[in-house]
Amino acid sequence: MADTHQITAGFMPLLDSATLIAAKEKGFADAEGVDLTLVRETSWANIRDRLAVGHFQVAHMLAPMPIACNLGLTPLAVPTIVPMALGLGGNAITVSNALWAEMSAVGATADFNPATAGRALKDVVRRRMVGSKPSLRFAVVHPYSGHNYELRYWLAACGINPVRDIEIIIVPPPLMLDALASGTIDGYCVGEPWNTAAALLGRGHIATVKAALWRSSPEKVLGAGARWANENPDALSALLRALCKASQWCGDIRNRDDLAEIIAEKTYLAKPIDWLLPALRGGLPAGSGEIVSVADFFVPFAKAATFPWKSHALWFYSQMVRWGQAIHGAEHTRLARETYRPDLYRAALKPLGVALPVANAKVEGALTAETPVGSSGASLTLGPDGFFDGGLFDPDRLDDYIERQKV
Amino acid sequence: MPAAPKPLSILVIDENRLRASIIEAGLREAGYDNLTVVHDVTGIARRISEIEPDVIVIDLENPNRDMLENMFQLSRAVKRPIAMFVDRSDSASIEAAVDAGVSAYVVDGLKQDRVKPILDMAISRFNAFSRMARELDEARSELENRKLVDRAKGILMATRGLSEPQAYALLRKTAMNQNRKISEIAESLITAAGLLAPPEEES
Repeated sequence: MADTHQITAGFMPLLDSATLIAAKEKGFADAEGVDLTLVRETSWANIRDRLAVGHFQVAHMLAPMPIACNLGLTPLAVPTIVPMALGLGGNAITVSNALWAEMSAVGATADFNPATAGRALKDVVRRRMVGSKPSLRFAVVHPYSGHNYELRYWLAACGINPVRDIEIIIVPPPLMLDALASGTIDGYCVGEPWNTAAALLGRGHIATVKAALWRSSPEKVLGAGARWANENPDALSALLRALCKASQWCGDIRNRDDLAEIIAEKTYLAKPIDWLLPALRGGLPAGSGEIVSVADFFVPFAKAATFPWKSHALWFYSQMVRWGQAIHGAEHTRLARETYRPDLYRAALKPLGVALPVANAKVEGALTAETPVGSSGASLTLGPDGFFDGGLFDPDRLDDYIERQKV
Repeated sequence: MPAAPKPLSILVIDENRLRASIIEAGLREAGYDNLTVVHDVTGIARRISEIEPDVIVIDLENPNRDMLENMFQLSRAVKRPIAMFVDRSDSASIEAAVDAGVSAYVVDGLKQDRVKPILDMAISRFNAFSRMARELDEARSELENRKLVDRAKGILMATRGLSEPQAYALLRKTAMNQNRKISEIAESLITAAGLLAPPEEES
């Protein structure tokens, strides 16, 4: 056996850290010669800082964070790469019981349909404006997060201006429930288990889910310090293989009860198993007793869920530009595109014989059904992957997309 | 002659009151009097707009760092942009700060030599606090261990008719033979005794 690779990974206690946890707990890391240490963190800022000073070699990160680091948008950022994604989907938008009552009075239905929920919310927002009531306040976990962009995408597509008509603030996931219950916020977009928890505790109602807003959409990634990755290609490859096998294990429905039990443990999420199983089983409590089943709510492995698509990186970049976080230009586009490293993913996973997409990017939102696509290794089907408003993102026509999305 | 620079306004955000008071004392001793300590981030935006801090010191355990950073970058409450404390090139300071569990933000344009002593003070006080907490932990577990050993001795004395020194010698010998701590042997013995004890009568 070759030398053991010592790797320390930071993670936030969320459902989609499952792949990292399973890699350690189910022996996939050991089998690849990786001595994996997992460190639970309290903020994404800590994850970024501790990656920067070398406490962590890799980390569970919000997909847009490494791009923001490389664009110099965050303090204390070092060059960071994304050699692998950590699954698709997993978020939802939850509103307070009071707001849900207002929304359902004007047509929102407990089926997570983003279009009807959005229409109802627009109605509520308009009434509040006419009545000179304070605008609604929503929370997301981080400015550079899938949560922030999908919430804004949904609002904008439903005719609500996320900058003018509504206030969006940052609240850490564990504090979301209290903020909702106390009326500090009217709704939030967050990962699991914080939507299920609100519904089960009767503190809020799930309005819609990420999988309905943009099916098979990217969420968390494995961020790696670029310098460490460069200097330790064998360690990184070994880790990617371990994570790939772990994601396959997580994606197998036969393992889901076992998985829930492991991640619920004190050292990981430290939350009741009941909060974790609904998302893993693909049926979420809406908040008034009904369970709504959601296709592809959280996908750890299937549909190339761990492949770092450059089109995902560029979509996140397009949203940074859309909401005034980044200035669009050729150099920024290049930095965003090169943050994601499908080349490293392929090189590491080739020996496993798993499905490897041939392309580095795809038109997002183009597949209306499950579709076989070009791959090496095993065969691969992708999709459906539609945006709820029928939008398409063609990474080759980025300028166009950015122009059309201006609010 | 140029006027002496205005004293820096410092805001310390720390939910741990004891640690906050240790940092506060250190900064005051060093002559930083324009100092505010906040334990709870509720309403922090308003406080920041009132205080207009030049330097904000915050502990890394605080889950609100993401919210605060976003506020520093965007909010109208913050009149001047606030960036991460230290010069990006000063990686030794950054590492020392993160190692110590503290982070700091300063208003843009503040000279590093004015800020460095504050950071150094925060780092040394954080380290001192961690040391203290560690020692307290050790003392606590030392006390726990002693209690375990006492109970184990009692069990041996009662069940095997040993004297106290004999009971202790037996525990120590077993620990040495098994290359384990004496408190671990004591714990195993207590567990085993509990399992072997006759069941308590159900009432």
